[in-house]
Amino acid sequence: MKEKKRKKKRVIPGFGLSLGIVTAMLGLIVVIPLCTLVIYSAQLSFADFISTVTRPRVLSSYAVSFRTAFVAAVIDAVMGTILAWVLVRYEFPGKEIMNGIIELPFALPTAVAGISLTHLTTTNGWVGSFFNRFGIKIAYTTTGITVALVFIGIPFVVRSVQPVLESLDPQFEEAANILGASSGQTLRHVILPEIFPALIAGFTTSFARGLGEYGSVVFIAGNTPYKTEIAPLMIMSELQEYDYASATSIALVMLLAAFAILFINAVVQSRASRIVSGIA
Amino acid sequence: MEQRNNKTEAANENYLELRGINKAFQDCQASQDVSFGVEKGRLVALLGPSGSGKTTILRIIAGLETADSGEIRIDGKDVSDVPASKRGVGFVFQNYALFRYKTVYDNIAFGLKVNKWKTKDIRERVNELISLIGLEGLEKRYPNQLSGGQRQRVAFARALAPNPELLLLDEPFAAIDAKVRQELRAWLREMINKVGVTSIFVTHDQDEAIEVADEIIITNAGRIEQIGSPMEIYRNPDTAFVAEFMGHPTRIDNIGSFSGFGQLGSEYHAVIRPENVSISKEGETLRYEISTEEGIVERVLFRGREIDLWVRIHGILVQGMRKIEEAPVQEGEKVRVFIYRAYVFSEDQKVQIVGNSLINTEETVII
Repeated sequence: MKEKKRKKKRVIPGFGLSLGIVTAMLGLIVVIPLCTLVIYSAQLSFADFISTVTRPRVLSSYAVSFRTAFVAAVIDAVMGTILAWVLVRYEFPGKEIMNGIIELPFALPTAVAGISLTHLTTTNGWVGSFFNRFGIKIAYTTTGITVALVFIGIPFVVRSVQPVLESLDPQFEEAANILGASSGQTLRHVILPEIFPALIAGFTTSFARGLGEYGSVVFIAGNTPYKTEIAPLMIMSELQEYDYASATSIALVMLLAAFAILFINAVVQSRASRIVSGIA
Repeated sequence: MEQRNNKTEAANENYLELRGINKAFQDCQASQDVSFGVEKGRLVALLGPSGSGKTTILRIIAGLETADSGEIRIDGKDVSDVPASKRGVGFVFQNYALFRYKTVYDNIAFGLKVNKWKTKDIRERVNELISLIGLEGLEKRYPNQLSGGQRQRVAFARALAPNPELLLLDEPFAAIDAKVRQELRAWLREMINKVGVTSIFVTHDQDEAIEVADEIIITNAGRIEQIGSPMEIYRNPDTAFVAEFMGHPTRIDNIGSFSGFGQLGSEYHAVIRPENVSISKEGETLRYEISTEEGIVERVLFRGREIDLWVRIHGILVQGMRKIEEAPVQEGEKVRVFIYRAYVFSEDQKVQIVGNSLINTEETVII
């Protein structure tokens, strides 16, 4: 009895209140909307649900979404890490501005990004006309979608890797160096394992974000059925036809995919923190 | 031709040779004309207060810092332009810098893997080292699942794995609690003797340096003050700095005013250590009674093995000690203090040992 009473006392006060607020917020903003998704989808029978989410056009939209989001996330992971590395390790004029600009994709309305990217990359645009000479079309292709998603997703990687690089003890690199490692070996065997959890976090969030991105993509995609239609666009078009059940069904599939991706992230993070915090 | 001559000469004398090393960080002179040599197989301590430039010297030897001027020779070869990865030097960092995402085994194997050892040889070498450091069965642990002492052992094994000829240790015991530190000092000394690797370690703890090292190099403000065996350094400090750094010294500004040192002029300062002082209660018989000073006990500290006393004489607080078996002394008590010898120096900072004029000189040589 006494044991129990003592356990209730916590060092940091306000646990009950803050947990209550968190639960309420989560419920209002996340859980209830997600539940309505399920409820709306449940208006369809299971067979109808399956046939809705496996229509060829819908299936190809999943493929486009996943492929472009994945490729974009990979590019983000590589470029974002390099960007974070440059921002942390080197001093150069304009560094502060560069650092500030990283979040621009967050602040900019995605439609603005989509329109300007489309302008740049059409066969008449500055960038597009250059690539067009080599027969590469960017706007209105999956390449264009990927470009837009890279733009949207890169801050996730930079902002998750940057603090880890900043706190990385230079002694790790010195130790590897003295043991005879080349800078490439040091990068691969010492720095990469240190930033890996952050890199995965950045990768999965930018991947998940890419799957759901609508605003910037619809302009640059051209929305050719079976070719450049993304899953969120399919949801929108169902909504425009007031077919809420179909829309929510497709959305539900996307939701499960996003959960799966974030779950992988959570597994990686918990494994990493177990190693670092020393709990066997 | 001359190069070759140097080579054979250096090989005969010192395994490691530093000549005229200078290094400045912005406006801080971290090393100033640092020159010393280390014989093969020796265990040397770089001892000095924090900020005296000892770690900088170690990092310059390892190649982690580049000296502004001067020459470093390892085994007769000038390595000033050789990168750290090619110097063949082992380094144990103060916080060990163990790779957090690698197991004990992989940490030790790292230096061998990057040097393209065969997997079979790596396994053999790592297992050999793990049994050397006595951590069998912990190969699969991660660094954060080890105690401080175990981590230090792993760091030591990792540095030794590629068979370096020179091992550098930066404050190897700083991050370990006092009890384990004692054990590890003896352990490290034993290990280094067993492996036979030439070693240099940095410390600010004189007890550590005296106990572990064959030779001590005292650094101060980027310069080397004195090089010698622990006994030499302790008994015959060359400079005022060393005299004031070693032991538990009391500085006396005008030693000439003390009884038994009247022959010295007022320009002489001195350092005396507790073991150079005898403190007696009123009424205790004394051999050199006429040459004692009267003082008031200000502080008595029970140390377990002995009792430390601080006695105010001529306004100066002098530290001395008494045995546990002797009659206890109270704070505020009047006592008689006899100074056997003092480390005396004047403006030129050169130290000479001066015995109490009452004792003949032969006796002062023996402590």
